[in-house]
Amino acid sequence: MQQVVTGLASGGVYALLALALVIIHRSTGVINFAQGEMATLSTYVAWTLIAHHGWRYWPAFVATLALSFVGGVATHRIVIRPVEGGSVLRIVIVTIGMLIAINGFVIWQWGGEPQALRSPFGTDTFDIGGVVVSSHDIGTIAVALGIVVLLWALFRFTKVGLAIRASAVNPVEARLVGVRVTWMLALGWGLAATLGAVAGILTAPTVGLDPQMMQAVLIYAFAAAVLGGIDSPAGAVVGGLLLGVLLNMLSYLTQYDLFDWFSEELRLPIALLVILVVLLVRPSGLFGRPEVKRV
Amino acid sequence: MTPRFTRLVGFAAFAVFVVFVAVLPSFISDFKAQQYAYVGIYLIALLGLNILTGYTGQISLGHGAFMAIGGYTSAILMAGNEQFGGPLSGGLKDVWTIPLAGLVAGLAGLAFGLPALRLSGLYLALATFAIAVSLPSAVKRFEEFTGGGSGINLFGTPELTGSLTPVEIFDRTLTYNDWLYYLSWSSALVAFAVAWLILRDRTGRAFRAVRDSETAAVSSGVSLARYKMLAFGISAAYAGVAGGLYAIANTFVNPDTFPIALSIFLLVGVVVGGLGGLSGLLFGAIFIYFLPLWSQGQDLGSLLPDSVVQGDTIGIPLLGDFVFKGTSAAGGPAIVYGIVLILLMFLIPNGVSGIFRRVGQLVSRRRYSRSS
Repeated sequence: MQQVVTGLASGGVYALLALALVIIHRSTGVINFAQGEMATLSTYVAWTLIAHHGWRYWPAFVATLALSFVGGVATHRIVIRPVEGGSVLRIVIVTIGMLIAINGFVIWQWGGEPQALRSPFGTDTFDIGGVVVSSHDIGTIAVALGIVVLLWALFRFTKVGLAIRASAVNPVEARLVGVRVTWMLALGWGLAATLGAVAGILTAPTVGLDPQMMQAVLIYAFAAAVLGGIDSPAGAVVGGLLLGVLLNMLSYLTQYDLFDWFSEELRLPIALLVILVVLLVRPSGLFGRPEVKRV
Repeated sequence: MTPRFTRLVGFAAFAVFVVFVAVLPSFISDFKAQQYAYVGIYLIALLGLNILTGYTGQISLGHGAFMAIGGYTSAILMAGNEQFGGPLSGGLKDVWTIPLAGLVAGLAGLAFGLPALRLSGLYLALATFAIAVSLPSAVKRFEEFTGGGSGINLFGTPELTGSLTPVEIFDRTLTYNDWLYYLSWSSALVAFAVAWLILRDRTGRAFRAVRDSETAAVSSGVSLARYKMLAFGISAAYAGVAGGLYAIANTFVNPDTFPIALSIFLLVGVVVGGLGGLSGLLFGAIFIYFLPLWSQGQDLGSLLPDSVVQGDTIGIPLLGDFVFKGTSAAGGPAIVYGIVLILLMFLIPNGVSGIFRRVGQLVSRRRYSRSS
């Protein structure tokens, strides 16, 4: 049971990053290989504000989110827009170029030594009916779910959300009714960057802040997004939570003979396996709709 | 420019190139010979990946994994894995392990080609990316077979040519690096010739048909399954050969010898070199080997305006000070590399081969438009 709770917490982080990937893929058709690095960069910005400039936690948090949003919008307009309509390969290489450059920048500016970023939720642990839960885990789950709900409300009930959805589904017709499609897509990137920032800030307290922090998380996020359906936001969230719980359960089950082949090093390959199996068996994922191509 | 003439020019150029490669070591330092040996190794991998991505249009971000398979096959065949509790005792001379490395990797490629039939475009990129990222972890897990985290050391083993006794060919003694250079470049030239043979007739056309339009290809009778699997198998075999050579050149293999960065660089090399063009790949190989080194040595601080000096701090509101270190500081070369990559995708989306082709088109257009 304990593993389920911890799994939900790490799953929440995967869900946030997976959501970012899904938003970007749905609106611009790009798989952003640099999403993890962007999240790492945002987390370092937050750390700098807190550790070097004495900001208090929540103001730093909000400022980082705002900066990440702007960064995401800028990235779309400057880097992605020129290659948007081009070949898949070109876009892949561009996002990979971003991955390399941002990772390099983080190392260049802040060095490779791990830093400490404290959790805003403190380090208490609660004992609920025999299950030991850390306050950080609870906080993570709460924040993750809270943001998902906020985002859902944004897309469902606001004009901007509607415009973004319209731009993703049918840019041509959206333009005809006056939606400024390019800006909507850029907003999508901004939102995704913000989600990534939250994911990074929530991850740093547990694993330590270093330049490679989000690389594994990115893979798990890919697996979650694929599992849930790469165009389905709900799927990304469910997929993330499921994956988090699954991986933790496997760790727990190693005490039983049936599962003792599993070890920590196999977490990533298991995620890979999830990606492969889902793509082969049901490419649209749990919640996605199968893609139909016109000939 | 009749096709016949172009072909003759191509042959002549190739012959010149072979001669150039053969005599180059006499003019360059020993260290540079080793560097160019690595360029040759990358070229082999790029030739293979080009068949898959350039000709058949399947994106693979995981060819480092096939190189790893080839490299480990080579190492295990040479040094054996008994010391870790594995079943094999090794003892095969390094040169003979190379074709076997290619074979094993090729089979793995064929095996992967089957499930890959269901994936395309971004999804295939994602799946292959995931494979390349998780391979080091999987390698560490199966220690008895692969030597786990510490890998397999080849230095000083009798199977590795030149490690215990000097290399002698045709009564001449070669330095170790020169031997490496000739080994990899003779393999590269053979690989190039084989690729050219594979690609020029039906098979090449079938590959390109798959890339350009799967629907049209199927309607013309080209079996998607067959050619996609074939492309995976061939490209994986090439990567395996490159991997085996890589293991020999490094004189060891461990899980970190074939990181995800390698897979990424290979794809970059193919795209920068130009998809579908064999000559551009040479530039691709040189690019992926030398750009990281070049950006390390550069001091791009000189590009900044005079008012900004090395070590200067700039106050950015909110974020505080931003210090300018030279680009040779850790992480700097990566920034340069990433930015160069993005710029290249903006400026030459078709790679170096694309530029060659444009030039060729311009030239032939002139000839045809002259009134006869």
